[in-house]
Amino acid sequence: MKSISSQHKKIIVIPCSGIGKAFGSISRDATYEVVENLRKDVTQTLCLALLVSGDQESLQLVRNNQVITVDGCPLQCAEKNVKLAGGNLAGSLRVVDAYKENRQLKPRGVTFLDNDGQQMALALAGKIANKVDDLLVEQ
Amino acid sequence: MTETSEKKVGIISCSGEECVEGTISRVAARLVLGKLRSNETVTICLPLFLAGGREEREFARDYPTITVDGCDKMCAKVSTERYSGKPASSIVVTNLTKNLQCPKLSARRKLDNETMTVTRKVADRIAEEVDEVLRHWV
Repeated sequence: MKSISSQHKKIIVIPCSGIGKAFGSISRDATYEVVENLRKDVTQTLCLALLVSGDQESLQLVRNNQVITVDGCPLQCAEKNVKLAGGNLAGSLRVVDAYKENRQLKPRGVTFLDNDGQQMALALAGKIANKVDDLLVEQ
Repeated sequence: MTETSEKKVGIISCSGEECVEGTISRVAARLVLGKLRSNETVTICLPLFLAGGREEREFARDYPTITVDGCDKMCAKVSTERYSGKPASSIVVTNLTKNLQCPKLSARRKLDNETMTVTRKVADRIAEEVDEVLRHWV
């Protein structure tokens, strides 16, 4: 892993948190793994709903910091909403890409992720963490 | 979204990522959708309102909705009103937890047993609101 300094501005990781399918829950869990464990000193998350509702503080946060979005389905609501907000979109990841690389996993739970869902979230979290590292090097 | 030619109530949860109450709103909504009132409710992804979800906006305009918000910023309610119309009912988790003699709530990622008990009470409240909406359906 590349060295990470906490002097950098925070990178904002925003999942779609889609509520209808397991992939939305995976986007959310992967984000928590990054902001609470893997890269907790250099990242934070933000309520997507708050951004969508037009909250000024949230708008400034996504405009003044690099943002990575994590989307559960092809509609890519997190990415679209960050773009609509004029945010500094620096990376966009999709659960479906983690799924393609881990086809042995069959996540099912939505309310609570099953073991396969948790495994996929961890795999995706690793990809998000790598993206965070790349952005920090560029900074 | 499921078939909407019959009586259905839309449940719109904020799912706020920053606080545990957002997780409670999400899990409580899922409990209603999956168990308590599975035949009477559908859900709508809140971010879809802005991301071009025409179907979602139309559903929320034509059918009654219940918004479930984690905090008093009420993002689900505000966005629903802005893009579709006034919700039939609006629930704010922090308002309920004040009255439930809550224990210290758990971390936002994984709800502990005590916070799940609170979450089930929130789900029961949503289910009551669903019944109330259906009772007054004309």
